[in-house]
Parts: sequence; C-alpha cells; structure tokens
Amino acid sequence: MSKIAALTQWIDDRFPMTSNWKAHLTEYYAPKNFNFWYYFGSLALLVLVIQILSGIFLTMHYKPDASQAFASVEYIMRDVPSGWLVRYIHSTGASMFFVVVYLHMMRGLLYGSFRKPRELVWIFGMLIYLCLMAEAFFGYLLPWGQMSYWGAQVIVNLFSAVPFVGEDLSVWIRGDYVVSDATLNRFFAFHVIAIPLVLLGLVAAHILALHEVGSNNPDGIEIKKKKDPKTGIPLDGIAFHPYYTVKDIVGVVVFLMVFSVIIFFMPEVGGYFLEYNNFIPADPLKTPPHIAPVWYFTPYYAMLRAVPAMLGSQFPGVIVMGLGVMVFFLLPWLDRGKVKSIRYRGPKYKIWLTLFVISFVILAWLGMNPTDFLGKFPGSTLEMATFLARVFTVIYFAFFVLMPWYTATDKEKPEPERVTG
Amino acid sequence: MNIMRLVRRLAVLAFLAPAVAFAAGGHVALDSAPIDQHDVASLQRGARNFVSYCLNCHSAQYMRYNRLADLGLTDQQIKDNLMFASDKVGDPMTIAMRAKDAKTWFGAQPPDLSVIARSRGADWLYTYLRSYYRDESRPTGWNNVVFPGVGMPHVLWELQGQQDLEVEKHEGAEAAHGGHAAEKLVLAEPGKLTPKQYDAFVADLVNYLVYMGEPARLQRVQIGILTLLFLGVLFVFAYLLKKEYWKDVH
Repeated sequence: MSKIAALTQWIDDRFPMTSNWKAHLTEYYAPKNFNFWYYFGSLALLVLVIQILSGIFLTMHYKPDASQAFASVEYIMRDVPSGWLVRYIHSTGASMFFVVVYLHMMRGLLYGSFRKPRELVWIFGMLIYLCLMAEAFFGYLLPWGQMSYWGAQVIVNLFSAVPFVGEDLSVWIRGDYVVSDATLNRFFAFHVIAIPLVLLGLVAAHILALHEVGSNNPDGIEIKKKKDPKTGIPLDGIAFHPYYTVKDIVGVVVFLMVFSVIIFFMPEVGGYFLEYNNFIPADPLKTPPHIAPVWYFTPYYAMLRAVPAMLGSQFPGVIVMGLGVMVFFLLPWLDRGKVKSIRYRGPKYKIWLTLFVISFVILAWLGMNPTDFLGKFPGSTLEMATFLARVFTVIYFAFFVLMPWYTATDKEKPEPERVTG
Repeated sequence: MNIMRLVRRLAVLAFLAPAVAFAAGGHVALDSAPIDQHDVASLQRGARNFVSYCLNCHSAQYMRYNRLADLGLTDQQIKDNLMFASDKVGDPMTIAMRAKDAKTWFGAQPPDLSVIARSRGADWLYTYLRSYYRDESRPTGWNNVVFPGVGMPHVLWELQGQQDLEVEKHEGAEAAHGGHAAEKLVLAEPGKLTPKQYDAFVADLVNYLVYMGEPARLQRVQIGILTLLFLGVLFVFAYLLKKEYWKDVH
C-alpha cells in the first residue's frame, strides 16, 4: 500500500472522507442533459465563497461606528493596498448574488424543480433567499451613506406599521428611536456573523436534500426510474465529478469575465450596484428627495407602495410585500400539472409564467423610480406608476393563486421515457 | 427693449460659448464635461485650481496630498506648489475652518469634496460651476440654475465674470404658466478669463475632482484588462478540458 493510500485508509477509519467524496461527487449521478440554466447553482456557491472571503478582508479595515464608518470605507478605497478591489468585489458580489439566485429560481420555475420529491430542496432554497435578503439589507447600512441610512430607516419603519406592537418593535430592532450608531453596530453583527452562519447551514441542507433526491433536469423526468440493472446507476446519469465539475469550471470562467468587466470597468453599473447618493455621508437631518432600495428589492418595494393605506395604516402594503416573497414557499403544492418541464407544459402555464416574469421586471423598474415619475392620469389624482404597480402586483399574485386551476386543466404533452439531451 | 441693451446682449451672447440653455422649472440639461483622466497636465492644473479655490472652505479629508504622486508629482513639488494648509505630505486635505463656524457663516457646512464627483457626477459639476448668476434676492447675491438657492457664493466670479439670468418669453400665454419660457445665462460683466478659458479651467477642476473621487480608477482599468486577458486564456483551457472529458458522454 502506498503512503497516500495508507493515509487515506487511516482517515477513513476515523472520518467518512472517501464515502462522502463518492456520495457527493464521483458517485453522485446527475442527469447528462443539463443546459445553460444549470450553471447558476454552482455559481451561487461561488459567489457565496467570494462574498465570505472578500468580507473577511473588509472586516479587517472597516469600522462599525457611525462617526467612522463612511470614512473607513473611503480608507479602504484609498489607503488599504488593493482595498478598492476587495470592496468592489464585495459590492459587485452582492448584486451578482441576486442575479444568479434569481436565474437559479427561474430555472426552478421553468423545469418544475420545486415539485415532488424536491419540496424540501425548494424550501431550503427559499430560506436561503430570505437570508440573502436579510444579509443584503444589513450589509447595505454599513457604508453609512445617505441611501444606506434612509433605506434602513424606511425598511425598519415598516415594522412600526404592525398594529399595536409596531412602534415598540421598530425601536427594539433599531436599538434607538432613529437609525443610529446602535443600529449600525447590531446590523454589523447580523451581517458578519449571525446571518452568514445560518446561510451556510441552509446551503449545506439545500445540497444534502438535493443529493438525497437527485437533480431534476430540463425534461423534468426522474432519471432514477431507468437504471442499469447491473450497476444500479441511472442510464441518463453521469458522475458529477469529473463531468459537471469540468463543465462548471467553464461556467465559472465566463461568470468571472462578466464579474471582472463590472469590477474593473463599471463598478457602479450606472448607479444600480452602487447608488450615487450613497457617496454622500449619512445625514439624519436631511431626507433625500427620492429613496430607492437597491435593484434586487425593488419589485417588492413597488408592491409595498402600490397598496393604498387602510384605516391610516401602511400595514396592508407591508403584508402584501411580505406575501410577495413568502408565496414562493407554496409553489410545490400549488402546481397541479402532471409534467414538470416547460417543454411538456401546455399553453396556460407558459402564458402565466411569461406574465409573471414581465410583472416581476416591470415591478422592479417601477420600484426604482418615484411614484410620480410617469405623471398622473388626465383629470385624476391617480399616479400612472401606482396604477401600473397595482395591475402588475395583481398579475404577480394571480400567477400563484390561480396556479392550481390553470395547471390542472392545461393541455400538456407526454413526457419522454428518457432525457432528450 | 432699449436698442443699446439689445446690442449689448447680442454681443455678449456671441461671446458666450457654449451658452447654457434650459427650460424653466424642469431638469436642467447638463453639459457633457470634456474631461480626460489620462491627461496628466489637465489633472495637475485641476489639482492646483482645487487647492487654490476650493480647499479653503471645502475639505477633501479622505485624500492625502502625497497621493498626488499618481499625477506624476514628487513630494517636493507637492509641498512647494500645493500645500498651503498643512506641512506633512502624508496629511489628508483637511481645512482649518471649524464645522461650527462654517455652519454659522454659510448656513450649512460646505460638504467634503473627496467623493463629490461620485455622488454628483462630472457633468453636473461641470455645468454647476458654470451656471452661477447674480441674484439680489439671495443673501450671497448669487444663485445657480443647476442648484437653485445654493448656499455657496460664486467663488470663481473673478475668473468667469458675472452672469445674469434672462428670461425670454415667447408663445405668449403659455409662457406665463412657466411652460415654454426659455431662460438663458448671459455674461453681463466679463471676468479675467474668456468664456473658453473659463470652461477649460472648470474642465480641469472637474477632471481632478473625478480623479480624487476614485484615485484607483486608472489602476483599476489597467488591472481589469490584464485580468480579462488571463480569463480569456483560462477559458480556452477550461473549454478544451470540458470537451475532452465530455467525449465519453453520449
């Protein structure tokens, strides 16, 4: 026995190294017909690693103190060697995390990846999405610019709309009557340790659940149904390692090219990744005329503003916004279709999915702008943008609420026996 | 209209190039700032303009003097030509004016200008610094079409001269509603610089402010090109590796 083999054996007697390597890589059989949409899972993992590593280095120089935070970010941008690079990697990574996660979720909607037996994969994924939103929200306060400050102020104030306990709740969250040093400190704690810990656990659960049931594929059929009688390996399955590791490396390189173009040539992305107003230090006495969250939150922000106040309370809007995110959890039980993949779905699902994607994009666009930016209807006080936000919020929810009916009655095509490549 | 005034105004209009025109009430159309981050001479002139005219009331506290080595200046050159407020070349560009005094004198503390180009943008700064006009209703005697009610007086008036805001009314009734009244800045009293020279002066200053907003910018672009070249080569190998392995997948 060679020395390497002896060492491996020594470890395997004490720790399940080889068995895990096999179970999750060399003997984890993934369908051979993954397409473009299947890159975004591994890319999300890559961005997570990028964010943690760049975040560690930023933490070494950043000061979570209301009087020093803004200055310490500029110190990182100017005086810390390569600090600007690390900061841009982190700020770009935040937005790109949402880009890949939204595309990853879109893949699920296209190919029915949330359907039985992958309900828990989907739920863990949705919990990751929630954590990601919390992580982004807490992190966005840290540069202590005007948008950081007032964005946090607006979002924390949402909690004060909760009946009866709202005011106390929002003070409890802020640790003060306004967003202040106390808020910055606790948001820092959440951003660098609490949420990342939960996030890592959820990512592990997401992958473990996936590897238990096996990956879905663009045909939406179960490859485990057709196995080689001798080896027990799915006929349409290939070992994740090396086949998908080498394929994902290609995806990683292409992704890094896009990532580099942003970091090195357009780190602000026209104010979408780094908002211009966030280069003004936070000023609790000066409310900016227009407060907009970063692009990845704007669909929900548009929903919040679309709902009219009832009995003088914004609470209904807060509820609608919350439901807009939470409703994804129900997908596995709302879908009554017999087939999973868009390839074999009928026209109804295709139309509804298209409407849903259009609504999401238009809501995102509306949420970036002030509600009066399209003007008012002639002879009316109703703002055009508010009206549009209401229409598309209704379509957004209709996609979910009506799903049990339109999927059950859809004219689907028969699924193939084997994957079609 | 008095004939002499008309003649004078026409003469001034011809003198004013490019004229700043905008519609009343709405957003001011910003002029595109003619700046070039690779033009070291312009950046050096901009740095001089900045320390001479801005760095008395405005600080740039995140910018260190010796960072100006980026612009091809030695520590000695920086000390001799650009340092009036402090003596150590590693010091940040702070000012002696206290925040509290500034607030009393100007109503608001003049903002730190380290990253002003990142929040306002070059075009805004370029247009703003050329859009001051005389306005007796303001405590400073100055107003600005890009920043109405601005707290800062026209510090550069000796260079630019003094502009007036002239409202040209046309289309009769509509103009009364503020709809189509065209407003124009006209140079009433020429300054030390011709309008062309003044525009160039402001362009240099804005060029410098953009540099100061992000001193690592040039370095960033250089590293970016190398990174993309590296990734391009890596892509070829990654793609060939994938192709080789996937030969056995049918």
